[in-house]
Amino acid sequence: MATQILLNNIDVPGLANFEVYRQLGGYSSVVKTLKNLTPDQVTGEVTKSGLRGRGGAGFPAGMKWGFIDKKSEKPRYFVCNFDESEPGTFKDRYIGQRNPHQLIEGMILGAYALGAGSAYIYVRGELFYVLRIIEKAIEEAYKQGFLGQNILGSGYSLDLYCQPGAGAYICGEETALLESLEGKRGNPRIKPPFPALVGLYGCPTVVNNVETIAALPWILNNGGEAYAAIGVENSKGTKLISACGHIKKPGVYEIELGLPVEEFIYSDEYCGGIRNGHKLKAVVAGGSSVPILPASLILKTAAGEPRLMSYESLSEGGFQSGTMLGSGGFIVMDETTCIVKNLLTFARFYHHESCGQCSPCREGTSWMEKILHRIENGQGTMKDIDLLVSVSKHIEGNTICPLGDAAAWPVASAIRHFREEFEEHVKLQKCPF
Amino acid sequence: MQKKLNLTEFNSDTLALVRQIIKRYPEGRQKSALLPVLHIAQAENNGWLSAETMDYVASLLDLQPIEVYEVASFYSMFNLQAVGNCVIEVCQTGPCWLNGAEELLAHFEKRLGIKPGETTPDGRFTLKTVECLAACGNAPVIQVGTEYHENLTPQKADVLLDKWQEENKISHTNPYLL
Ligand SMILES: Cc1cc2nc3c(=O)[nH]c(=O)nc-3n(C[C@H](O)[C@H](O)[C@H](O)COP(=O)(O)O)c2cc1C
Ligand code: SF4
Repeated sequence: MATQILLNNIDVPGLANFEVYRQLGGYSSVVKTLKNLTPDQVTGEVTKSGLRGRGGAGFPAGMKWGFIDKKSEKPRYFVCNFDESEPGTFKDRYIGQRNPHQLIEGMILGAYALGAGSAYIYVRGELFYVLRIIEKAIEEAYKQGFLGQNILGSGYSLDLYCQPGAGAYICGEETALLESLEGKRGNPRIKPPFPALVGLYGCPTVVNNVETIAALPWILNNGGEAYAAIGVENSKGTKLISACGHIKKPGVYEIELGLPVEEFIYSDEYCGGIRNGHKLKAVVAGGSSVPILPASLILKTAAGEPRLMSYESLSEGGFQSGTMLGSGGFIVMDETTCIVKNLLTFARFYHHESCGQCSPCREGTSWMEKILHRIENGQGTMKDIDLLVSVSKHIEGNTICPLGDAAAWPVASAIRHFREEFEEHVKLQKCPF
Repeated sequence: MQKKLNLTEFNSDTLALVRQIIKRYPEGRQKSALLPVLHIAQAENNGWLSAETMDYVASLLDLQPIEVYEVASFYSMFNLQAVGNCVIEVCQTGPCWLNGAEELLAHFEKRLGIKPGETTPDGRFTLKTVECLAACGNAPVIQVGTEYHENLTPQKADVLLDKWQEENKISHTNPYLL
């Protein structure tokens, strides 16, 4: 069994209650840290741990904290990104719903390291019931002296609040999230300046994903080195993978980074293989935004090496033959799946979610959806396939935020690896599935 | 169609809640309360935001009405048109599609006799399609108010629909009272 840092107690009944969580050793990292460590020492441990942001971009957490403007006279903020909207991703909800205190414990550690006096957890509006579970846990933490004025007599004070979104994938992009938290439309900001200098209300701010924050208590309890001892290369520690699609056992799994993809898909400890006796056709390994790979390339790299669940191995081969770990949303498709139709649902998603600020993204996502709709419904031409590639190229790299790239990559990769299937739709003038 | 009464003002409990929410942000940043307060206002106004409702929210938060309209129109959870008592939102993104979301949607359409975006003539149900609800491991998924219903099949949908018919389900409730 792999080391369980995030899910070790997830099935304990009543875990969302303070008493139960505390009895299992919960909040001990806060007791220890506030007594023994300076904020900079906390950042030091996190840097040593090699923990990378689990929201999708994989940016080293300790390094990001190091960018926070500590010379500024302005208040600093720590914000948790609980927007979880990337198709295929459903890991943060699992933590929030079952183990809210672990998230709160991590928020206290992060806020302390950054010197933040207020922190917010931005939860997608659809998950209001999870927001309420967290709010009740926050109330308990206040009552027990882990939040509020002068926490455990340390002199450090922190207020923690939840904030709902209201249905907008783009608010997962950190600057759109901050706009939304200010009560505005979720339009991403032009960067730089980055939030560490100019964030919430123009103040120095760090935004981290739920899973990143939930790993902090373990790191502070066991030390950064212990965390860095797990994993491979620059993929340290454990990662939650939310697996869905045509597998026997969909769900959220905590893996040690470096697990072979083949083992993840086929072993009974994880996905349990492809259901209904079908064969694996393709995988989208890190949420809808990352390139799709056919079975042959997800199990082994183009060089014939076994593919591992790690930042490095999944991206081995670049966009020609690799993909990305992304958010850990692992979508598995068997041979009955129409790649064009699946892509059409993604294209519709990105068109729906584009904030509309940049014309390549606003117009391009609309075109890609239309063209794919045409091809899927038997009205496409061979030229349409090249047109799709061309539109995706015109979006990529030409937008304010990475949503444009996220919309372009799935299209480009599906055509790269499954071109015959698009051509078949055109030749038959209908969907072959 | 049942007559829709428009909200005029929050009661004192709700106003106390709004005041408490405003305190979460620094002085002068009460605009941050806009999304939470719009969620409450929509619940209290039969599940949608009329111009009057948005104007009222603007007055509560000391904002210009346009600041409220431009925000309300950005977020897909805010309905700018009247909806039925029970709004059924069916996820249609990839992972749900892989697990039969299309058949499920077709079943709802047939049972209710309406297309996505429409409301039944008796005003009881509105059908909507939505994008990924972050529950892909239990696909297909629908959302009704603050409830998720997962691993759905047409048969399970029938059981739910019968129940909602019988109890005259109302999906818009103040989410802060959960
Ligand atoms: C379109 C878009 C959507 C995103 N959605 C999310 C999300 O739902 N959750 C998340 O944590 N990060 C999301 N991100 C990444 C955030 O911008 C940011 O990198 C992340 O919250 C930082 O936290 P981390 O370093 O702990 O991962 C998204 C980025 C983009 C461009
Ligand atoms: S890339 Fe798309 S979502 Fe991002 S800012 Fe531009 S229009 Fe908005």
